[in-house]
Amino acid sequence: MYPAAFEYHAPKTVNDALKLLNKLDDAKILAGGHSLIPMMKLRLAQPKNLIDLGRISGLSGIKESGGMISIGAMATHWEVESSKALKAKCAVVSETAAMIGDPAVRNKGTIGGSLAHGDPAADMPATVIALGAEFVCQGKKKRTVKVDDWFKGLMETAIKDDELLVEIRVPALGKGTGAAYLKFPHPASRFAVVGVAAVVTLDKNGTCTKAGVGVTGAGTKAVRAKGVEAALTGKRLDAAAIEAAAAKAADGVDVQADLQGSVEYKAHLCRVFARRAIEAAVKRAQA
Amino acid sequence: MATDTRLFGKSIKRREDPRFITGKGNYTDDLKLAGMTYAAFVRSPHAHAKIRKIDVARAKAHPGVVAIFTGADLTGVNSLPCGWLLPELKVPPHPPLATEAARYVGDPVAIVIAESQDAALDAAEKVRVDWEVRPAVTSTAKATDKGAAQIHEVAPSNVAFKWQIGDAAAVDAAFKSAAVVVKKRIVNQRLVANAMEPRACVARYEDATGDLTLWVTSQNPHVHRLLMTAFVLGIPEHKVRVIAPDVGGGFGSKIFLYNEETVCSWATRRVKRPIRWTSTRREAFQTDAHGRDHVTDVELGLSRDGKILGLRVKTVAAMGAYLSTFAPAVPTYLYGTLLNGVYEIGAIHADVTGVFTNTTPVDAYRGAGRPEAAYLLERIIEAGAAALKMDVVEIRRKNFIPKFENGYQTKVALNYDSGNYGAALDKLLTMLDYKKFRTEQEASRKQGKLVGIGFSTYIEACSIAPSKVVGSLGAQAGLYESGIVRVHPTGKVTVFTGSHSHGQGHETTFSQLAADELQVPIEDVEIVHGDTGAIAFGMGTYGSRSASVGGTAIKMSIDKIKEKGKKIAAHLLEASPKDMEYSGGQFQVKGFPGKAVPFGQVALTAYVPHNYPEGLEPGLEETSFYDPSNFCFPFGAHACVVEVDRDTGKVKILRYLAVDDVGNVINPMIVDGMVHGGIAQGVGQALWEGAVYDDGSGQLVTGTMMDYAVPKADMLPLYETDRTVTPTLVNPLGIKGAGETGTIAATPAVVNAVVDALRPLGVDHIEAMPLSPERVWKTIQAASAKR
Repeated sequence: MYPAAFEYHAPKTVNDALKLLNKLDDAKILAGGHSLIPMMKLRLAQPKNLIDLGRISGLSGIKESGGMISIGAMATHWEVESSKALKAKCAVVSETAAMIGDPAVRNKGTIGGSLAHGDPAADMPATVIALGAEFVCQGKKKRTVKVDDWFKGLMETAIKDDELLVEIRVPALGKGTGAAYLKFPHPASRFAVVGVAAVVTLDKNGTCTKAGVGVTGAGTKAVRAKGVEAALTGKRLDAAAIEAAAAKAADGVDVQADLQGSVEYKAHLCRVFARRAIEAAVKRAQA
Repeated sequence: MATDTRLFGKSIKRREDPRFITGKGNYTDDLKLAGMTYAAFVRSPHAHAKIRKIDVARAKAHPGVVAIFTGADLTGVNSLPCGWLLPELKVPPHPPLATEAARYVGDPVAIVIAESQDAALDAAEKVRVDWEVRPAVTSTAKATDKGAAQIHEVAPSNVAFKWQIGDAAAVDAAFKSAAVVVKKRIVNQRLVANAMEPRACVARYEDATGDLTLWVTSQNPHVHRLLMTAFVLGIPEHKVRVIAPDVGGGFGSKIFLYNEETVCSWATRRVKRPIRWTSTRREAFQTDAHGRDHVTDVELGLSRDGKILGLRVKTVAAMGAYLSTFAPAVPTYLYGTLLNGVYEIGAIHADVTGVFTNTTPVDAYRGAGRPEAAYLLERIIEAGAAALKMDVVEIRRKNFIPKFENGYQTKVALNYDSGNYGAALDKLLTMLDYKKFRTEQEASRKQGKLVGIGFSTYIEACSIAPSKVVGSLGAQAGLYESGIVRVHPTGKVTVFTGSHSHGQGHETTFSQLAADELQVPIEDVEIVHGDTGAIAFGMGTYGSRSASVGGTAIKMSIDKIKEKGKKIAAHLLEASPKDMEYSGGQFQVKGFPGKAVPFGQVALTAYVPHNYPEGLEPGLEETSFYDPSNFCFPFGAHACVVEVDRDTGKVKILRYLAVDDVGNVINPMIVDGMVHGGIAQGVGQALWEGAVYDDGSGQLVTGTMMDYAVPKADMLPLYETDRTVTPTLVNPLGIKGAGETGTIAATPAVVNAVVDALRPLGVDHIEAMPLSPERVWKTIQAASAKR
């Protein structure tokens, strides 16, 4: 085994998990393990304790109620990808999940694990930002965090040390609303070099009444492209309007250069993928 | 024997696959031995650092630790040898555990041996090395710069060697008469071989007998044994057995003698217990020999009508931090000698400087030197065509060496065996429908699409190699191969080959060959390879040599078996041996099919020699060593069609076509598989792969599968492949070699295609690979800015 030694805990209830989390020194939550375990194998992470959420029942269902779809934090990417409720009411979430990693990753990795971890190149953050999702955290009390307050920085989210992420809520999308997520994958890891999700609502005249755009991959955290949203809202979304709005996609993104691209190139990709995602979303809204 | 019963040329399924695909392979790491201990290596985290002190006290106290050794403990252990010596080659010391300084990230400095792998890894983290970090140089182009970090005392300015080939004065003269001289810088980037199975070894010393057995992921176990015993450890060769069991890929990276198996073989004699070491993927990235890494300035002189008058090449080739086993041969005799390509070239001169850098040692990687030569030539000839506004097919045709069957003397030492270069290209153009493609390309360009085609009409030298020739060029070994054929009393056959299969399918192809030649069922033939305890000697598998060199050795032994069998059968039939023939699985008197003895009866008679020729030795086993008279020279024509996304620079391969001529083919399916895999690696170099070191820290930043992009199935198109067949006269089988053609051919075809796609924007060259989306996008931006 490559990782350093650790103690393994497998609580059966959320309460037990929270108790362990409070009690244990240097504990990490293990969900699907597809971010944490590779870091442990390289010994970049050496937690003393692992609390595995895999034995807790009731953390993984996906169901719709009251115009919102609630996704259990332990739902695997595959469960999200194949969920009938999501496909019917918020297909972009399923589609985003389908673009994560490969089948092995999707069958093990979880939406909650990924979103709590906050990898800057993960796919789902762009989509939940565009959708205006909510996060339900369970600590001593239950609290709901809005997506705009969720991503704090590089692998830093709003979850507190004594909390578990238990649920993610996304809106059921109605008629006149279209959404799409498009990404430029890293050729090796398939993480997003840049990924953009767009959600647009059009009125009868084709005017955009509401727009949500999330950008992932390019910076240290996924962000909302407020400039793009503002440029879309209230406009008839023809090619020129989309192009003009997409041009603002890298504004407010702290674009990081790496082997996949310079700041200039990645900012450019933000704009290209914003345009393409908005075009796809508009087409769907019109359908 | 009727032709259709022959197995030679049939795509029978691989006999070894059932065990591989059901998880029943027997790899080095699968080996379980009583008393096994486990090793972990402490490695340098720095690209260049003096070792002030190594403190192992805390690590030694870790529970389960059996022993810890540093370089200082390895008394009597010599430097890892370099097996190919060039004139005035600077050979710096290469201690199996670095003692005075570490020279690349991953350079091992200590071995920790423990009761479990966990304990070894945990304890290794507790070894304290007091480093004095020194400046490092990782860039090939900057290695010889004034002020660059000096890596070895024996190699001033980091120069390992200077080597040249060809006629410099003739090239100067040719350039004076040239209508056009195109000059380009071409960078052939560093690659990581990435065999599926990482390197591993188990070393076991038996105190009672003094025998040492080493199981190791090797492409050439006899070479491993020879180098380790004669040069490094000073253990008697006959007391050492090296076994390379099932090995999951090599691509060259498992040819070489590495630090780890050497240290484990030394340490097992000290701890008197078996030691196992298995590389992690991260260690594989850092320590398996890398490939390529050339920076070249090339000039091509052309006449107005497109004849190649002269070629001038100046290459700087990285050796890495030390000289790996065959490293100096790769950018010299496997590269400079291939610069004639398939063309008649007026004059050629190549000048190569080998340099040390603070990087993983570089050595042979699939193709080894030949891909670099083919890439250079196929790129510059298309650049030449562009300068003359000539079609890329036309310029090739104009310069092809005409069809020949027995010998063409190149300007760079080699004498090609046989070739028909135009035929391969013709076949390719038909498959492609070239004229139609150009028409369609024109139409799509009008729509603003960036569609391009690239060609590669390559040649390679394989079937390595005539011993006398390579000996005169600096090889410290012969490059023959052995083949032993043992016919058992029941007529069953075991074939022992000195070549080694680590994916090539020897158990199938050599069985086909032996079953055909002996006219026995293939089920009656077993192939044994990869064990110095079973096989006389062997040089192993690389350079596409197994079928042509190893196969010929087997055939030679079978011929001897038949000759002996004729004597035995003639005796039984009271006939003369010279009147005997072997046909249909029996020895018979020519012209008297009824007067015959079946193979099995001859075999039994050889081992129960009651009624037996006077003076003939019992037994039916023959040994042959085949030393080829020349290399073989496969060739072919590949084409790639791409579309470039103008917005992102991303390249999509629309079609990939290949016509290869590898001489005769034993198993077409296996050859197809090798071509497919080779193309994948060649395309990988063109578009995605590349080992990158951080300039300042010297860290390998593409050190995991998350960072280094090997091609995946969905990144590649369906290949359209075919063959022409121009048998070689070098060996009696007419086989040239097929293991590396795809890798050699594919890279230039893809890059040429991308350059062609961008041609409407005014692009005629891209200096470096991989053609990552960003590189292509920047090329587009720069070209657009100029216009």
